[in-house]
Amino acid sequence: MSTKMVDLPDEHGFFGGSDDRGQAGRGYGGRYVAETLMPLIGEIEAAYDEARADPAFQARLDELRRDYIGRATPLYFAERLTEHFGGAKLYLKREDLNHTGAHKINNALGQALLASRMGRRRLIAETGAGMHGVAVATVAARLGMACVIYMGATDIERQQPNVQRMRLLGAEIVPVHAGTATLKDAMNEALRDWVANVDDTFYIIGTVAGPAPYPRMVRDFQSVIGRETREQLLATQHRLPDSLVACVGGGSNAMGLFHAFLDDTDVAMIGVEAAGEGLESGRHAASLNGGTPGILHGNRTYLLQDDDGQIQDAHSISAGLDYPGIGPEHAYLHDSGRASYVAVTDDEALEAVALCCRLEGILPALESAHALYHAGRLAATQGPDQAIVVCLSGRGDKDMDTITRHLMPEEADS
Amino acid sequence: MSASSLNTDALDTDVLDMNTSNTQALIADSRLTRRFAALRTENRAALVTYVMAGDPDPKTSRDLLERLPAAGADIIELGMPFSDPMADGVAIQRAGQRALAGGQTLARTLERVRDFRRRDDDTPIVLMGYLNPIQRFGEDRFLQAAAEAGADGLILVDLPPEHGAALTARARDLGLARIPLVAPTTPPERLPKLLAQGDGFVYRIAFNGVTGTRRTDIAASLGESLIELKRRSTLPVAVGFGVRDGDTAAAVARVADAVVVGSALVERLAETGVEGALALTRELAESIHGARKSES
Repeated sequence: MSTKMVDLPDEHGFFGGSDDRGQAGRGYGGRYVAETLMPLIGEIEAAYDEARADPAFQARLDELRRDYIGRATPLYFAERLTEHFGGAKLYLKREDLNHTGAHKINNALGQALLASRMGRRRLIAETGAGMHGVAVATVAARLGMACVIYMGATDIERQQPNVQRMRLLGAEIVPVHAGTATLKDAMNEALRDWVANVDDTFYIIGTVAGPAPYPRMVRDFQSVIGRETREQLLATQHRLPDSLVACVGGGSNAMGLFHAFLDDTDVAMIGVEAAGEGLESGRHAASLNGGTPGILHGNRTYLLQDDDGQIQDAHSISAGLDYPGIGPEHAYLHDSGRASYVAVTDDEALEAVALCCRLEGILPALESAHALYHAGRLAATQGPDQAIVVCLSGRGDKDMDTITRHLMPEEADS
Repeated sequence: MSASSLNTDALDTDVLDMNTSNTQALIADSRLTRRFAALRTENRAALVTYVMAGDPDPKTSRDLLERLPAAGADIIELGMPFSDPMADGVAIQRAGQRALAGGQTLARTLERVRDFRRRDDDTPIVLMGYLNPIQRFGEDRFLQAAAEAGADGLILVDLPPEHGAALTARARDLGLARIPLVAPTTPPERLPKLLAQGDGFVYRIAFNGVTGTRRTDIAASLGESLIELKRRSTLPVAVGFGVRDGDTAAAVARVADAVVVGSALVERLAETGVEGALALTRELAESIHGARKSES
């Protein structure tokens, strides 16, 4: 890697690692957890740093990435979408073609291998859309480990196919009724499980948030997305992209795409938050565009919160973006201006789903459709000599109920 | 902001050293130290009762708080409600939700302390909660207001010593004790770091888990760990999480300086109102009063 984009203090191992950057500069990140977990998380950090430097661990990870996940995923030139918008060339990084249908397994596999190396026999995870839950249940089955998935009752309702899939894979699903019964409450509940089962349990956090070293660890496991993208575009087009566009809830697919390009300052990075029913409606999940810094789930970052510091409900049509926080490294990239963050509404995302189906024959996840919508908007303002890479983070089969209800109400009623 | 940025270990030590002399005097003559000294002469453990500020509504919460000392509470832990209490079990989660639904805010919680202090100048009050509402209120503003209102200490669940040096130093300047949490998972070599930022008493979490899990084997499971704590610190040791009845409270009272009861009390309040919660307080106090006598 080339020189660092910015010089940041390397804080006593909390963010650790020689190529670390980002989180610590403005106090984002950190390890704000109960004492019971502090020693445990320290162990994970030490084990992770050891694994990361171990060629055998990397070789095993590479092998399973190739033969089990099916990597590398294609970088696909979306010819008809490009034509439709009449501007910049649109490329889709096809994370939807991964085993289990989303980018989530990149991280689940990495953390599960670490858990196994640490002798843990039980995996727990939170899930929103269910894609992370499916990914963890899948690797748990593959590695012969027990698996418990916490999922908000509201999300269980709207993501039935994934719930059934997880059960089929042998996972126990625990519905969470507390709070808003969505992703943040599932995360609270997973943390409570972990505190009670510290001896045998490994908590696989699904996004680039949580107490350090999770944001760094998840970023590292997802950064394969950007590394491949960089190589693929250089190989076929002999150039770097002008812009990268990815949706952000917690922000793991975006961080995965962005990370390899942080030093390429000519490459614009755009994270797309969920504007829900519109930023002005107050019913959205846009932590950067509509939130303020605070502390939740072990890290300091931007949050949706009220004047009393109580966390507010997020809203998005896509369960995977329905989270009132965002990874701390995104908070840093936002403040520093290295990346910019826009927002796309529920309706706009649905429009992008329909368009992508009709023009490319690809059904994107509602999450990814947020990125697609903005990429189209951006492409239309640019010329054909410019290239935009969109992270198509997952496939949309899991969203068929929601999509049908909104786009084909006559079908849903019948 | 400074408490939330990551201080190095070296900085931790510097900040604390600068403040040691003028603050020890303040905390040495606090309600907490006076209360523990008095209990020591009586040879009994303290009953620490946890209630959530504003649960289920401001009026009931005020009524309960005022009557707890007469029912036998030696120290009051007052919960500051938070929407996402990740270390709490369902009883305290629900209490927080009831309080927030009733309009409780951090400012109102501080007002409750001030109000209590006008009538009772002896019973120590320790505020317990999570960091985010405090940061939103403003750390300095909060510490100042808490000290002025007559609070005696703070338990901040999600502020480990790695992040807590600056806040601890300012709290000490104001005479507010920062009560450290020690867990069963805490290795002995980590204790100095926790105790360096500790005042008032040490809160030993009885077992790995969230608040409110029913356990009757608490006293036995503590084993050597209390001896280890006593060897390293002169602070009194309180034990909490999972103490729900008189027998368990008495067993803990024989080995610890204080017994914390929270979820059981909060549940009793929800089920049977203030009178029920006070009856449980009296029952627990009686068990603790008799604990060391029946032993000797």
